[in-house]
Parts: sequence; structure tokens; C-alpha cells
Amino acid sequence: METRIIKSQEITDAVKKLFMDCNYFIGDDIMTALKTARDNEQSEVAKSVLSQIIENDEIAAKEEIPLCQDTGMAVLFVEYGDKVSVDGDFEQAVREGVRRAYDEGYLRKSVVSDPVFDRINTKDNTPAIIHTKIVPGDKIKITAGGKGFGSENMSQIKMLTPSYGVEGVKQFILDAVRTAGPNPCPPIVVGVGIGGTFERCAQLAKKATFRKIDTRNSDPRYAKLEDELLESINKMGFGPAGLGGFTTAIGVNIETSPTHIAGMPVAVNICCHAARHKSAEI
Amino acid sequence: MKKITLPLTDEQISTLKAGDSVLLTGTMITGRDAAHKRLFELAQDGSEFPVNIEGETIYYVGPAPAKPGYAVGPAGPTSSYRMDKYAPTLLDMGLKGMVGKGARNKDVIDAIVRNHAVYFAAIGGAAALIAKSIKKTEPICYEDLGTESVRRYYVEDFPCIVAVDCEGNNVYETEPKKYNRE
Repeated sequence: METRIIKSQEITDAVKKLFMDCNYFIGDDIMTALKTARDNEQSEVAKSVLSQIIENDEIAAKEEIPLCQDTGMAVLFVEYGDKVSVDGDFEQAVREGVRRAYDEGYLRKSVVSDPVFDRINTKDNTPAIIHTKIVPGDKIKITAGGKGFGSENMSQIKMLTPSYGVEGVKQFILDAVRTAGPNPCPPIVVGVGIGGTFERCAQLAKKATFRKIDTRNSDPRYAKLEDELLESINKMGFGPAGLGGFTTAIGVNIETSPTHIAGMPVAVNICCHAARHKSAEI
Repeated sequence: MKKITLPLTDEQISTLKAGDSVLLTGTMITGRDAAHKRLFELAQDGSEFPVNIEGETIYYVGPAPAKPGYAVGPAGPTSSYRMDKYAPTLLDMGLKGMVGKGARNKDVIDAIVRNHAVYFAAIGGAAALIAKSIKKTEPICYEDLGTESVRRYYVEDFPCIVAVDCEGNNVYETEPKKYNRE
């Protein structure tokens, strides 16, 4: 196969559109889950909260304005075909797309240059967090999302060891959700990474939040674990906005990776109900 | 749904009970992490504030930019617990109301009771909807903080719930228990 040249402008345009779209248009999977939850809740408060969230998401889509003021830190998962060559600097092209989306799309710029000392806003929401994987093929697939930090702050990672077993994994995930309680804007989407190394595990958890919640892990054992965890979380009672109810989470997605003989790391990346991500293939 | 006029009066605060759904109309000030840090540091030094907080209600918000034709961009609440370190000091200095989302710590709840104040919860992630109730905004101070600057908001029927009332009743404690099936 011959090398396919992709113009860096195409990357910039695609990234810009992805970030604007994901901030304006909530996914069908989330909207369906919110409506089902509203119909299933029993208290007036829980129903009212969900109705307002649904109305909010409808307003955002209709008026093409962000559905949440926290339009997030820009996170991208890139599958970069090994037969592709970009005429220019790929990361610069992505960065330009993020800059334009956040500027022209009236999205909030929420990134500070230095985490501890300066904390000065970079004013264009860059840099983005880019996870790149080289894959066979002549295309570039980008999945992009704006990750709000109300829920990001509630995330946890732990280096469990093998003797903890599946019960230990469950316990850690449920404890993380319980500790988060009403803070991460429930109903939440829980992204879980299991395995790999410390950093791979965290990355898998993020990737899990970018998977649609109406899909299940392809391994039936993990699919069952996803269902069991969702059921357990919804027995906690936090409910929509943490004001009480049966819908604390609308999805649990697990992603896994081979790991070391001595390890069983688990990462829990919590996402609010505004679980925003869109994909494009170039 | 109770209609409440801002600024709050002590009598009004007495009538608010945890769990009440309310609509706020009037003026509030905004401020989140960075502005709180600055005000707290001024308070520690005994310096004067660039904004009068006495009797005020503060909304923990950092809005998105407004599209042309809009008074404000999407403007939902941010997590309140990050302001817990600073809130008791501001309450002791006369702040009467807070609007945010999520649970508060014991120090804040004690300060709410001590100062006959109230904490309202707005719905996190309902930013586009909430913005419809914000009719006008104007700058007060800390404009260098951008979205975190302190502004005055004129609101009409701003929807929220009394999360912690002046007696310290706390919906984040009481409500989830009713639905716990563990």
C-alpha cells in the first residue's frame, strides 16, 4: 500500500468540528438513558432534575451552545494509520483545531499553564491531551471529548495485587463512586481501566468513558461485571444531582489490558452525565 | 415552588427548609476558586475587599463565553466543596447565601448555622438552561481572572434547591439515605 498524504488543514478542521459538536450535541446513548431514568425515578425531585438535564441538552443542541459551562480539557484518542503521512506537524494541527473550536465555538478556556505555581490561563484551552496509537491502514481515526473536572477530580487509581481478585476490584470501584457521592454531577458514567501499568490503566479508564454506554465489553465476563457494578451503584441512593434517587450512574464501561504477574491495577475515571465524545475518520 | 427575592433577608432565610425547590430573583455575585483564594488572603491580612459581600449571595460559577445576542454563556454551578476552605470566613464576614453543587463539609455547615445563612444547590450540568434565568451581568473585580472573575448577575426565577438550611439540615445527608437499597 502506498503512503497516503493528509493535509494538516484536514486534521485541524476535523478536530475543530469534533470539539464543537461534542460540546453542543449530547450522544443519543446518553439522551436515551436520561429519558429512561426519568421515567423510572419515583421522587418528584429526581424526575424534575432529570427533566431539567434533558431540557438543557435539548436547548444546547438547538441553539448550538455548550451544554455545560465546563467545556473541559481537550482529550483525543488517535488511531494513526501506518500508511499515512501528514504534510506538516500533526500535533500542531490538532492544537490549532482545539484553539479554533474553543475560540470560534464559544467554549470555555479552562486550561492553566502551570499546575502549582502560576496557574495562568493559556486562553485557548491548549495544550490538549493526545493519546496516539499507530495502527495498520491509511486513515486517521480521532475520538475527541471535552473532559470536565468536576467529575475528573473524583477519579481514583489503585495498584491492587492479584489476591484481591474480582471482589477487590468491585470493592475499589464502588468505594470510588461512593466517595464521589453527589459531587461529580450524577447520573455519572463510570470508566474503568483494569490491568496494564500505572499509566496504561489510567488511560484505559479514560478510553472507557469515551465508549458509548449502550455497548458492553466484548468479553462476557467483563460485560457481566459492568452490569453488576451498575446495579450496585444504583443501590447507593445518591440519585440525579445527588439529591436522592435510583439513578446514580447511567453506565459502567470497563476496558482491560494484559498486566504483570504481580499486579492488578484498577483506575476509575468518573464522568458526569455530560459525557461528551465524538469520532471522525479522515 | 417558592419564589425568593435577592438579596436575602433574615426572615426569608428562616422560612427556607432543606429540600425546598425555589426560584431566585434579584442580584447575586459570582466567584469560584481563584477569586475565593484572593478574598480569603485579603481577609487574613485584614485588608479591604474589592467587593461588598455583606448580605450577598454568591454563585460558584465560571461561565462559558456568551454568543452574540446572549446576556451570558452557559453558566451552571461548579463543585462547592472546593470553596469549603474559604466559605466559613466569608460567612463570618456577612455573606448570607451560596449557590453551587454538591456536599459541604462540617465547618461550612456550622458557619451556615452560626451566621443564619443558606446554601442552595443548582443542577450541575444544566448550564444552558440555567443561563436562561440570568438576564444581565456586569463586572465587579478580578477581571484578569477571565471566567473566574467576580461579576454581578441579575437573575429571574433562577431554579435551585435549598441544600443546607439555616438550622443545618442537609439534603445530601438526608435524601440519599431514603433511596439506599444496599
